[in-house]
Amino acid sequence: MTQQLNGQVAIVGLGATEFSKDSGRSEIRLATEAVLAALADAGIDPTEVDGLSTFAVDNNPEREVFRQIGGKELKFFSRIPEGGGAACGPFLHAMMAIATGVANVVVVYRAMNERSWYRFGAGMQGKAPDPFFETTNFGWYIPHGLVSPASWVAMSARRYMHEYGAVSEDFGRVAVAARDFAATNPAAFFYGKPITLEEHQASRWIAEPLHLLDCCQESDGAVAMVLVSREYAKKLKQTPVFLKAAAQGTAHDQQMMTSYYRPSISGLPEAGLVARQLWQMSGLSPKDIQTAVIYDHFTPFVLTQLEEYGFAGRGEAKYFVREGRHARGGDLPVNTHGGQLGEAYIHGVNGVAEAVRQVRGSAVNQVSGVRNVLVTAGTGVPTSGLIVGAD
Amino acid sequence: MSEQNLSWLDEARALIGHEYGKVYAWDAVNQPMVRQWCEAMGVDNALYLDGVSAKARFGANVAPPTMLQVWVLAGLNGRFPEGSATDNPYEVLQIIERNGYPSVVAVNSEQSYRRYLKEGEKIAFTSQIESVSEEKTTGLGTGFFVTQLLNFYDEADALVGQMRFRLFKFRAPERARPADKPRRPLPGISDENRFFWDGLKDRKLKIQRCTACNTLRHPPGPACPDCHSLASDSVEVSGRGRIYSYSVVHHPTLPGVPQPNPVGLIELTEGVRVVAGLVDVDPAHIEIGREVEVDYLECADELVIPVFRPVGGA
Ligand SMILES: [Zn+2]
Repeated sequence: MTQQLNGQVAIVGLGATEFSKDSGRSEIRLATEAVLAALADAGIDPTEVDGLSTFAVDNNPEREVFRQIGGKELKFFSRIPEGGGAACGPFLHAMMAIATGVANVVVVYRAMNERSWYRFGAGMQGKAPDPFFETTNFGWYIPHGLVSPASWVAMSARRYMHEYGAVSEDFGRVAVAARDFAATNPAAFFYGKPITLEEHQASRWIAEPLHLLDCCQESDGAVAMVLVSREYAKKLKQTPVFLKAAAQGTAHDQQMMTSYYRPSISGLPEAGLVARQLWQMSGLSPKDIQTAVIYDHFTPFVLTQLEEYGFAGRGEAKYFVREGRHARGGDLPVNTHGGQLGEAYIHGVNGVAEAVRQVRGSAVNQVSGVRNVLVTAGTGVPTSGLIVGAD
Repeated sequence: MSEQNLSWLDEARALIGHEYGKVYAWDAVNQPMVRQWCEAMGVDNALYLDGVSAKARFGANVAPPTMLQVWVLAGLNGRFPEGSATDNPYEVLQIIERNGYPSVVAVNSEQSYRRYLKEGEKIAFTSQIESVSEEKTTGLGTGFFVTQLLNFYDEADALVGQMRFRLFKFRAPERARPADKPRRPLPGISDENRFFWDGLKDRKLKIQRCTACNTLRHPPGPACPDCHSLASDSVEVSGRGRIYSYSVVHHPTLPGVPQPNPVGLIELTEGVRVVAGLVDVDPAHIEIGREVEVDYLECADELVIPVFRPVGGA
């Protein structure tokens, strides 16, 4: 059934603001700029937009973005929860809306002044206790000083190291490769600033076993993309980038970054669930992927995802990165834009944009012969993924 | 107790039996004061109030014996009438205080009377320290019981009554004041998790149990994921377990949280896992699999959180 969605919808427009630590303007302005840029890139008039999808945590209401672009009739709008786990979710929703005829032109956007306005890295602090579920749930962690995403991931990463013999340098190899790609990407915050493994090892602790250089940036910026049907896409100026699969996943005993109570905490079963759906919907397998955008808010989960998506056996991603297969020149270059470690942290949507560029053949660190690109979303949380490719 | 041998205590005890005074009353025993006192105390005995009964029996109005000390209290300005002694009957308390016992509380007061005091009599009193106890520890703290004996005399220097007044001069126990407790981020409390946080206040680590299938589960919630029963209670667990994973957190720094901050994911003997801080560990040498046991950390805002320390020391 889901195979029928394969290739029915295409990404035909791509827009983004610059990425920075202080955008100097409002989030709604960033959202509007990115949406208008994506529509211009697609060659679609804003009045044609009849669908919008974004993250539940995005501060820019669909109605206001729609008003700013002069929209006329908005028939579909949806939001995906779970922070960065949402990254590919809006594309699944847009795909379903278009494939079912609910909407014709859907724009996905994510805009945030995450660095200059709030900073997720500061963690859960200063919130008055209330009986709402999320507050009671944070209560299992925050009184112990486990308040930040890095610290929640650290607990899982330490167990992963213990069980599989991965070491901090293995996480470092992910960071070094990402910063190498960022160094040659003019849009990246760390353009021209590669790092060495020694620098990774020497960087200060955030939450052991995570060094500073295991953690993604905090960024301001916005990214938007336009999706339409296969038929419509063929009439437009850009080479269509087809959605071959998209999926969401929440697995057994799932928590928000603290799924510490499962029999094993060294895997990411929600990512495995997304992977199975993607391979099934697309009819592809890991060997059909030429480059991947693996969500990299924290490096340890890049290894786990390589395993869950089938690029490495369980516990064997350490060999994958030791051989440099994820790095420039490897057989599966990962995060060729520099990732969220190197380019910017736009909650993974800048990673979808990189996948689109790789399929278009317009990436700054272009991989040759790209047919299919896998994109994953935030880890440790209910998550999502997609595969884009050429026809 | 070794404190008995302290020289300062000897100095204090040397004052036992020394007589202070005499101190005189401002006013003679008088009927208006008797009436006011009886009103305030709820005494309606005709002997003191009708102006007839006492005269018939004693030839004069008399005052309630319990008013003994009333006649010789200092004025609001703390002064006594001209001619009263100005020596300090509380030297002994000052000595004890200087040596680390700043607090004082009155313990009890016993009076005894030789006769009724008649209207128009003017009395005076002397005092002495009768005893200083050995160091004692009570619910209030640690210190010394001091007994003062007051002797009351009429104008002919005849004893009319006595009063023994006992004080406890002490220091409060060395317990952390609320301001000294670490202020931690507070959990949200709901019907599902209240038992856990309340249990910690009683130094009990409690875990939710499904009363239908007896499965323990943590974190708690309304339903049993195994059998779907909504019925549950909680049980106190052993507090023993092993470190399943851990992190030493360096950033962000939080007031009231150790820096760096070792936090463990503890697999309890009963099989469930809980997150809690690790204490008495070297952050550089934490071992997964290490056996640990629970302790309780009192925090500000009446929060108590579990912490775990290695069994048998670090
Ligand atoms: Zn049950």
